[in-house]
Amino acid sequence: MLKKLVMDGIDWIDTRIPMTETWNKHLAQYPTPVNFNFWYFFGSLAMLVLVNQLLTGIWLTMHYNPSAEGAFASIEYIMRDVPYGWLLRYMHSTGASAFFVVIYLHMFRGLIYGSYQKPRELIWIFGMLIFLVLMAEAFMGYLLPWGQMSFWGAQVIISLFGAIPVIGDDLTLWIRGDYVISGATLNRFFALHVVALPLALVALVFLHIVALHEVGSNNPDGVEIKQKKGSASEEAKGKFTFHKQYSGKKDIIDAIPFHPYFTVKDIMGVSAFLICFAAVIFFIPEGGGFFLEPPNFEAANGLKTPAHIAPVWYYTPYYAILRAIPDKLIGVVFFGGSIAILFLLPWLDRCKVKSIRYRSWIHKLNITQFIICFIVLGVLGALPATPLYTLIAQIASVGYFGFFIALFLYSKNEKTKPLPTRLTH
Amino acid sequence: MSNAPVNSGRRKFLTLTTGVVGGIGAAAVAVPFVKSWSPSEKAKAAGAPVSVDISKIQPGQLIRVEWRGKPVWVVSRTPTVIEELATLDSKLRDPESKEPQQPEYAKNAGRSLKPDLFLAVGICTHLGCSPTYLPDSFNEQVEGVESGFFCPCHGSKFDMAGRVFQNVPAPLNLVIPPHYYVDETNILIGVDKGDA
Repeated sequence: MLKKLVMDGIDWIDTRIPMTETWNKHLAQYPTPVNFNFWYFFGSLAMLVLVNQLLTGIWLTMHYNPSAEGAFASIEYIMRDVPYGWLLRYMHSTGASAFFVVIYLHMFRGLIYGSYQKPRELIWIFGMLIFLVLMAEAFMGYLLPWGQMSFWGAQVIISLFGAIPVIGDDLTLWIRGDYVISGATLNRFFALHVVALPLALVALVFLHIVALHEVGSNNPDGVEIKQKKGSASEEAKGKFTFHKQYSGKKDIIDAIPFHPYFTVKDIMGVSAFLICFAAVIFFIPEGGGFFLEPPNFEAANGLKTPAHIAPVWYYTPYYAILRAIPDKLIGVVFFGGSIAILFLLPWLDRCKVKSIRYRSWIHKLNITQFIICFIVLGVLGALPATPLYTLIAQIASVGYFGFFIALFLYSKNEKTKPLPTRLTH
Repeated sequence: MSNAPVNSGRRKFLTLTTGVVGGIGAAAVAVPFVKSWSPSEKAKAAGAPVSVDISKIQPGQLIRVEWRGKPVWVVSRTPTVIEELATLDSKLRDPESKEPQQPEYAKNAGRSLKPDLFLAVGICTHLGCSPTYLPDSFNEQVEGVESGFFCPCHGSKFDMAGRVFQNVPAPLNLVIPPHYYVDETNILIGVDKGDA
């Protein structure tokens, strides 16, 4: 009786909006490669952190005062007086760092398994746009507490636009809305941080997933699970039914439905992540000065620069590149270039083999040196500049850009290993 | 309904003109959104000139004045410092102040109206930090130079006339704001003589 009522209800909805159809197409009958490993946790974790940021962000907005006079005090009000305000704020501020941890690992996965390669270029581009919007979002969010590092960090980053010839000075004035960073800047950053950029972020995540589901996931072997219709054996196709959108035109091999198999796997990842996340929130919410920097516990003061200005850890690699170059305009060009070049990755890599498992030793070496340079730059960007550190940062910058140049040169005629015909697991 | 044949030339023309007119409309609508980001009248008013009294300044002392929310330094230069300025040319990027970082009347050896009093916007020309005044420990930054300004953010160095040293990230000398002596002990910052 109850069951019939529920079925009738579902039917009623399905004739009006494709609910069951969408559920099947994207979850219950969505073919996912069987050999997903540890590295495939981070996409769903990024979504989880996004939800965390949206929820805690909305709640923080209820108590925050976006004005130069009231911002700093309202943060202290949230921390001391609002019930559980401290928890909401730490979930949000630590969530920002968690977001970048998860996104960097997600990008690393794409890098080693060639997930950016044809036909997944647009997934990579949407992903890079998400990364770019996320950096803008975090930067603007960091101004809102109106502490010393908020103020001077924003001062430094907005000044970057001043390096653009001719229009630079007018552009920085326009961005700030004042001759210095002021309440005008704070209010517009608040509007962008809580409305405009989250909207863009959600839209881009949607497009990222639409593009992903159109071509299907890559996997650690970099071998496609969609084969020519009629070419695969029954054994390879397995016992599962996939949506006709995928199985209609192609034979699907070595795949299992996303739900329940990967929803369950991802719940495992979520549990492990939440244990770490909660540990940070409760025991080291300031991340040892890397998630929330000490000068930010002092209200913004436009007449006094903190002794050492360092960006939050997730920007430090690019910041180190900026600082390594003793010329403002060229420094800014390379700073922007260090992000822009990532967009070109699908076209810089001309190899037909995707996964690092079947690629040459030179590619493995190149990725290794790239990761080392990236981490070295990240560490240096957080430290004060000394002649020795600047030299090391210059060498690491060469390694960073060298990765892309070398990749372009050797990938065309790379000596690769033979690919398996089936996924290995 | 008319049964006249479709005039595709006219249809194309209408589509194009509608698109162009609509595009111009959209561009016009963008104007208030873009312009609203410019400094407000209130912000412009707050950028008015400020006056500083220098009667009590000690030799070697630096006082800070706020103008347009930026720190403006007023430094009393000792004779030793003034002498030292003339010896630094080979170490500087723009010793003769060729770049337009100062009003005409400050385009001289000391980049100032009077040699013993130096006035500049205390914002590094690299990325806008405020450099630190090192009256007697600048030796650690540039060997053989007693005093100067050192930016803690990215290590840019400036001499006691706000001129930038070579091999640092800052591209230009410090900005000298428009200013003039109202009388012997009062300077008005933010406006040229005659414009007030």
